[in-house]
Amino acid sequence: MKQFTVALLVGLLTASAAFAAEPKKPARVPVPTILINQDKGEQCVEPTEVMRRDHMKFILHQRDKTMHQGVRTTKHSLKNCVDCHADAKTESVLGKDGFCESCHAYAAVKLDCFECHSALRETANVTVPSSSTVRALNVSQQKTGESAGSTGSRQAKGKKP
Amino acid sequence: MSINRRQFLGFGGAAVAAATLAPGLRLIELAQARSPEEAVTSLHRWGLLIDASKCADGCTSCVDACHEENGVTSHNRPATDAQWIRKVTLKDKQTGHVQTLPLMCLHCEHPPCVDVCPTGASFKRADGIVLVDKHICIGCRYCMMACPYKARSFVHEVTTGQKAHAPRGKGTVESCTLCVHKVDRGDGSTACADACKQEGHQAILFGDLKDPGSEISKRLASQPSTQLRADLKLNTGVRYQGI
Repeated sequence: MKQFTVALLVGLLTASAAFAAEPKKPARVPVPTILINQDKGEQCVEPTEVMRRDHMKFILHQRDKTMHQGVRTTKHSLKNCVDCHADAKTESVLGKDGFCESCHAYAAVKLDCFECHSALRETANVTVPSSSTVRALNVSQQKTGESAGSTGSRQAKGKKP
Repeated sequence: MSINRRQFLGFGGAAVAAATLAPGLRLIELAQARSPEEAVTSLHRWGLLIDASKCADGCTSCVDACHEENGVTSHNRPATDAQWIRKVTLKDKQTGHVQTLPLMCLHCEHPPCVDVCPTGASFKRADGIVLVDKHICIGCRYCMMACPYKARSFVHEVTTGQKAHAPRGKGTVESCTLCVHKVDRGDGSTACADACKQEGHQAILFGDLKDPGSEISKRLASQPSTQLRADLKLNTGVRYQGI
């Protein structure tokens, strides 16, 4: 019995050593790179931290006021979000690098708005920002290596043509 | 509780003051355009007056303009395609007289679609516009069955290319919004009325039924008009002439 226990212990230790020796687990999903349209100014309608956490509350509140009371202020309207945050090239907030979709895909949160609402910038005559005025902003304050890497790849992609 | 002389005089004075001031206040409110942050009020009631005798046979400019304005697209399946407005042909079997008229949501004061909606998605705005809140519509289609004018459509297929001011989505019911985005913007007209005017028919007139000075109110006061299915006592916001 004692021999068996020793054998088991030795076996377990060997196994754990083997696991430790294996290459590291796959890298985390890269943090999405968010492009901010600087033509519209630095500041969103609320402080960035507030928007990241509570943007859905603002949109929901505005939705009911607009639908039922006809209040059409633009500050917290979805249309205002899209007009400002639509990608310069695709004119949309959806798509792999789209402002809304990239982050929602990362957070694994379903994005229902655009099944009915238009994801495209409404006014065609809105000044399309040149690539130089588009600033990449990382979700995680650029402190991790992988987010810096994603920024680099983004920039490289932009320089290609 | 008994009222002494002083209180009685006080009430009387207040009543007189209200009667003198109230009409003036109301005029000021009507005269000023609503700012975007103000909620709609029941001081207005938006409606249409449609003169069927001016409506040209074979002309579909109002239908085309509506569907263009609101991004209502066809899948070439007439049985299930959404239609917010349609042309109806009436024929008098005795005389053979044929006439056409546009028919859409009539924006009833007592809308049956609102009565039957189980979720509160179908509602009437304070200014009389009957709408579907597609955020809470479950697509049960009770309202479609309740509407005596067959004004509502169900969106059967995935929608693309929506207009920013007119979200549309599969699985919800929709109908004429009386161009609510234009009303809120203060355009003072609808896409169908504009198109009809442009064609030179001027069969559709949009206006405020509660403003005695509006063109629609003046015409309604001076000329005969009818409600479709007036027997239902729904008090429609869209009225007809020449039928």
